[in-house]
Amino acid sequence: MFAYYPIYRGYFRTSLMLMFQYRIAMLIWLLGGIIEPLMYLVIWRTVSLQQGGSVGSYSTNDFVVYFIAMMMVSHGTFTWIMWEYVYRIRMGQFSVMLLKPIHPIHSDIADNIGYKFLTLTVMGPTVLLLAWFFDASWQPAFWTLAAFVPVLILAFLMRFYWEWSLAMVAFWTLRIDAMNQAYIVVTLFFSGKLAPLTLFPEIVQRAADLLPFRWMLYFPVEVLLGRVTPRDLLIGLGAQLFWLLAGYLVMQLIYRAGIKRYAAFGA
Amino acid sequence: MFYIRLFATYLRIGILGELEYRANFWISLVQSALDLCVALGGLAVVFNHTDTLGGWRQEELLALVGVYFLIGGLIRTIIRPSMTKFMDDVRQGTLDFTLTKPADSQVLVSIQSIEIWRLVDVLIALPVLGIALLRLGARLGLLDTAVFAVTLLSGALIIYSFWLMLSTCAFWFVKVENIQVIFMSMWQAGRWPVSIYPAWLRAVLTFLVPVAFATTVPASAVSGRITDASLVGTVALAVAMLLVSRWFWRVGIRFYSGASA
Repeated sequence: MFAYYPIYRGYFRTSLMLMFQYRIAMLIWLLGGIIEPLMYLVIWRTVSLQQGGSVGSYSTNDFVVYFIAMMMVSHGTFTWIMWEYVYRIRMGQFSVMLLKPIHPIHSDIADNIGYKFLTLTVMGPTVLLLAWFFDASWQPAFWTLAAFVPVLILAFLMRFYWEWSLAMVAFWTLRIDAMNQAYIVVTLFFSGKLAPLTLFPEIVQRAADLLPFRWMLYFPVEVLLGRVTPRDLLIGLGAQLFWLLAGYLVMQLIYRAGIKRYAAFGA
Repeated sequence: MFYIRLFATYLRIGILGELEYRANFWISLVQSALDLCVALGGLAVVFNHTDTLGGWRQEELLALVGVYFLIGGLIRTIIRPSMTKFMDDVRQGTLDFTLTKPADSQVLVSIQSIEIWRLVDVLIALPVLGIALLRLGARLGLLDTAVFAVTLLSGALIIYSFWLMLSTCAFWFVKVENIQVIFMSMWQAGRWPVSIYPAWLRAVLTFLVPVAFATTVPASAVSGRITDASLVGTVALAVAMLLVSRWFWRVGIRFYSGASA
């Protein structure tokens, strides 16, 4: 475990330096992650105001806080690996990564975390500005706030392992655009990005129970909002650990099959 | 006449080029279908809990979705690929080949790359729009249809002119592809009527990135809620932006001196 510390420190340094070269592009990529939750925030806030101040168990203020929290959790856990992997394989960059005596997922994790820290400088003020503008009031209980930290870390890791696994489809086909988009659409409906899951029809909710996505976004958001009981929290943590472990195993399995299949271009 | 033939030629080249990648058709179809799922699914969930959204009824928002796909398809089929190629050309100096051709450079640049499979978006938009119109049916006369067509055309021209102006900046700043990413991020907000957004965001979506004119305005024409002022304003803006972008293009082209010269 501690053996990784200097390695990660090195990765952080290089990735931060690299990203600083492309700082404008970095900021521009953030925009989509801000617009989308903001859009749903405005819509549900409008619906709630029209319905006399609440929809389901969510008040107007709850919607505002929900989507601002969703913006943060979504930003904190998202990855772009599904787009990067294709380039890596097509351009033969993957060969270099294979030569290194360390699993390539580590440099990706470090890259991702580095990016998140760098963009915090924009995401932080954005969140505060939106909270101020929409007059959000949020009074978290101390224990849910404390629980949010491990929940978010688990959500980040499980999402990372699953999306890294999905990205490896690029070993078999380089036409991944439609698949990536399908993945995004599925997460939109089953992770609570579009609306709190309890507002969906019963059948969508039951399906969401069987899928990993709600534990990536919806659950951390609900914890941050303090909308869980201690029992919900334990169940959620259990589900997250289960999906993390499953994601880890799937990743190992696909990775082994993938590198057997990989043949560098130009070799 | 000459330019129609020119366009037909580029269209033929586009078709021939993309016929080599027939699988792309299916991929485009899947992508458009997924986009439609998001749009309709979002509508369904929202209208499960309310009858109107900011004064818009469900079938009116369905018309908005149709318009959104129609203009979006136009952007993805012609505007974006052509402008992307233009920016690449500026960077690599290959724009010289376009400029030396005996036709108007702005026209050439604007239609030089056509991704026909993206027309799937338009194909999807038509039945959506049709169903919406059918359900709005009773109150849609000949005049409304004409107004709708005019606003749709104006919206398309505004988006085109806007995109051309952004692309023209490539003459000075070379690397501007990221501007397209900004546009497409803002574009998704056009799936909903801009009137529901808070004033500052509405201003951004109307004047900074003119999404509202291409989506909300035509959709409000079809649902009979457009005011004379906004109709005249939209047409006037379309004409003004067309002229300004034309002027800006000429300034840019005069500035351009080739990548290696």
